[in-house]
Amino acid sequence: MTQTSANRLTSPAAAVKGTTSLIKLLLKGRAFFALIAIIVVFSFLSPNYLTVSNLLIMSSHVAIYGILAIGMLVVILSGGIDLSVGSILALCGVVAGALMQGVELKPLGVILFPPVWAVVVLTCSLGAVLGALNGILIAWFRVPAFVTTLGVMYMARGVALLMTNGLTYNNLAGRPELGNTGFDWLGFNRLFGVPISVVVLAVLAVLTGLMLSRSSFGRWLYASGGNENAADLSGVPVKRVKITVYTLSGILSAIAGLVLSSQLTSAGPTAGTTYELTAIAAVVIGGAALTGGRGTVRGTMLGAFVIGFLSDGLVIIGVSSYWQTVFTGAVIVLAVLMNTIQYGARGVRQ
Amino acid sequence: MSDVATSRPAGEVVLAARNIAKSYNGVKALKGVNFDIHRGQVTTLFGENGAGKSTLMKILSGVVQPTAGEVILDGRPIVFSSSTDARSHGISIIHQELSLAPNLSVRDNIFMGREINGPTGVNYAEEERQVRELLAELEEDIDPLTPVEELRLGQQQIVEIARALSIDSRILIMDEPTSALSATEVEVLFKVIRDLTARGVSIVYISHHLEEALQITDHAVVLRDGNMTAYAPRADIDLEWIVRNMVGENYDLGNPPTGYDFGPVMLSVRNLTVPDPAGGGYNVVDRMSLDVRAGEIVCIYGLMGAGRTELLETVAGKLSATSGEIVLEGKEISHLAIGERIARGLALVPEDRQRYGLVQTMSVGQNLSLASIKEFTRGVFTSLKLERALIQKSIRNVTVKTEGPDVPIGSLSGGNQQKVVIGKMLATDPKVILLDEPSRGIDIGAKAEVFRILAAHAAAGQAVVYTTSEVNECLSIAHRIIIMRRGRISAEFTSDITKEKIMAASGEAVAA
Repeated sequence: MTQTSANRLTSPAAAVKGTTSLIKLLLKGRAFFALIAIIVVFSFLSPNYLTVSNLLIMSSHVAIYGILAIGMLVVILSGGIDLSVGSILALCGVVAGALMQGVELKPLGVILFPPVWAVVVLTCSLGAVLGALNGILIAWFRVPAFVTTLGVMYMARGVALLMTNGLTYNNLAGRPELGNTGFDWLGFNRLFGVPISVVVLAVLAVLTGLMLSRSSFGRWLYASGGNENAADLSGVPVKRVKITVYTLSGILSAIAGLVLSSQLTSAGPTAGTTYELTAIAAVVIGGAALTGGRGTVRGTMLGAFVIGFLSDGLVIIGVSSYWQTVFTGAVIVLAVLMNTIQYGARGVRQ
Repeated sequence: MSDVATSRPAGEVVLAARNIAKSYNGVKALKGVNFDIHRGQVTTLFGENGAGKSTLMKILSGVVQPTAGEVILDGRPIVFSSSTDARSHGISIIHQELSLAPNLSVRDNIFMGREINGPTGVNYAEEERQVRELLAELEEDIDPLTPVEELRLGQQQIVEIARALSIDSRILIMDEPTSALSATEVEVLFKVIRDLTARGVSIVYISHHLEEALQITDHAVVLRDGNMTAYAPRADIDLEWIVRNMVGENYDLGNPPTGYDFGPVMLSVRNLTVPDPAGGGYNVVDRMSLDVRAGEIVCIYGLMGAGRTELLETVAGKLSATSGEIVLEGKEISHLAIGERIARGLALVPEDRQRYGLVQTMSVGQNLSLASIKEFTRGVFTSLKLERALIQKSIRNVTVKTEGPDVPIGSLSGGNQQKVVIGKMLATDPKVILLDEPSRGIDIGAKAEVFRILAAHAAAGQAVVYTTSEVNECLSIAHRIIIMRRGRISAEFTSDITKEKIMAASGEAVAA
């Protein structure tokens, strides 16, 4: 008897036999093989592609999409969609920027400069509140997820523009005499040579992976996304699951916002535009079903790296950014086509 | 069986079935059916669920093709390639679930897909004129421009009939046309049917309301387990004859477990009232009260729409009641969520296993353990070892035939899928288990096994409540049989009652 877990069920390592085994293996591990193919092809085209420093730089770019994609994955697993992540990222970045500039309390005549840890906590809380708003509208008021998150997407973007009047906060370094330095740590520091943003992504991915495969919440999530009615009648708190996933997605968007503004040392209201679509693409390329109930963190991470390494590779070999868009689109369509073949033809996961 | 078909009164045969057989993946749904449909007469198909009525209708209306045998139209063998093809030969079917677009008007529904086009697009005026003509013929005062969703169900049925007539249907197949109609609407429908037959239209009628069908029919065809058990004109038959041919010999689904005394009252429902969840404005469960004791098996029998499903769903926490109490082991539980009720020992096995029972994206094992996740969670993480043990125990308990717990749920047969849904709820170690039509869509062997499992659990002290629409299943393991009709208990019997009395109390038939 083999061991079972939600993770193992999508494992490409599952035993395959017969003449079709190679095709099955290629189909199952498609995101992985696509990533290998991208690395190999670009290594031939550019000598600078396959170097440790370049891989780390590209990974730090992937970190932003990757963090958003983890949040998108849990939402998609529940059978929903979150279009607001890019805007929440921008709003949280702008709020962090504003907090770093100091909060003026007019009646008291003082300007507060919160320390960086407080900025991080406040920003993540904002992300959580916006995500929970999505979740409550969807779970309790039964507003379709697409519409709810579309609305929040516009509202968050609008508030970010209002707050800054369309301008960008440029000085996020803080001042030593005010004790609020260190915001650039997220974007620029390294831990054993690895950018902090990549470390953050790895930690979040591992935690989410454990949550999905080993916690009861993970099981609730897969069940709610697979068949909400059956999960409900089996005692799964479906509404709580929904609110939780959107809240998680909001928090992860806030973290991505912090990382991005730290990397750029600036916080602008137009940051993260269309990032929600990149995150969805990463989840889909990673083999998750948009109908819910199927998908893994590992797949989503591979999807994020496929998109990131592909577009950075195209930049490195000097292909126009217009072509990058075309390529990315083609990869997404191909990925969905493969999903259809995998789930549709056999109708089963293993 | 074809010999019965010869003793017929004279009358032009428009459509005939000759040795029609149909298999789905090796399962025989129909095993050689012979009968004639006469011009301007009503032929009724009788039979329990799963007897093959719907398969036969689908063959006559061209939706599926028979694996053997012939359909003969006007004396010549014919093969319908599709329902559209059958329609073009004048055969229309009116399904139980109406196939109207509720947002469109009566006129647009009647001409859906075959709009009359003029030089400036659709000729609405001409369409409207024809619809008015049709509705006048049917003596139904409906404005052609009313959206269908604003009509009563009976009127919607008339619209369906009008649509069938508008394409010159000579043969009209009606599947349970009265199941959602009020008594007066049934009268209107029967009048329409008599008018239609007078005009030479032939009707194939399917109904569970035997009494009602006998009022209107000219010939009766009785099916049981895919066999045609009888075929006779109205003059030769009565209700008792139909029931005898429908139900047949009793197959053994077990007996009520004996040799122990019932324990205390486990579940007590008091004056429960539940409004129609579809917003129909009436109560689907109407001040109903019921006590179930430990070790007791209660069967709830009733027709479609009697309120059985809603009663169980309300007790389980899916629907909410407007008044009344639900008491589990002496404690009121109406305010609890489904999960909390399961934790207290109340489990529901829903009627539709695909929609409400199974998570299709999960494995057999994960489905079995879904309602008991807390049992194998230690701290933050689930324990694979404990889960594995729980799954193995469930597979043994409900005897699921599977290659292993990791195969997809979709790879199991219907009967085994049903056992997984039952096993999932039994794994929560319930004190009261409610099962809504547990035998639906599973073969006779699996049925017997499901009832054996339930009987064993009752003997072990659990209270069991199940619903069914098949009389045979009432007379199997149940200690007590409750008949529901229009949201209330219309009768209560012990296990020594006859089928005829059960059917009479449900409103299906008057006792012979």
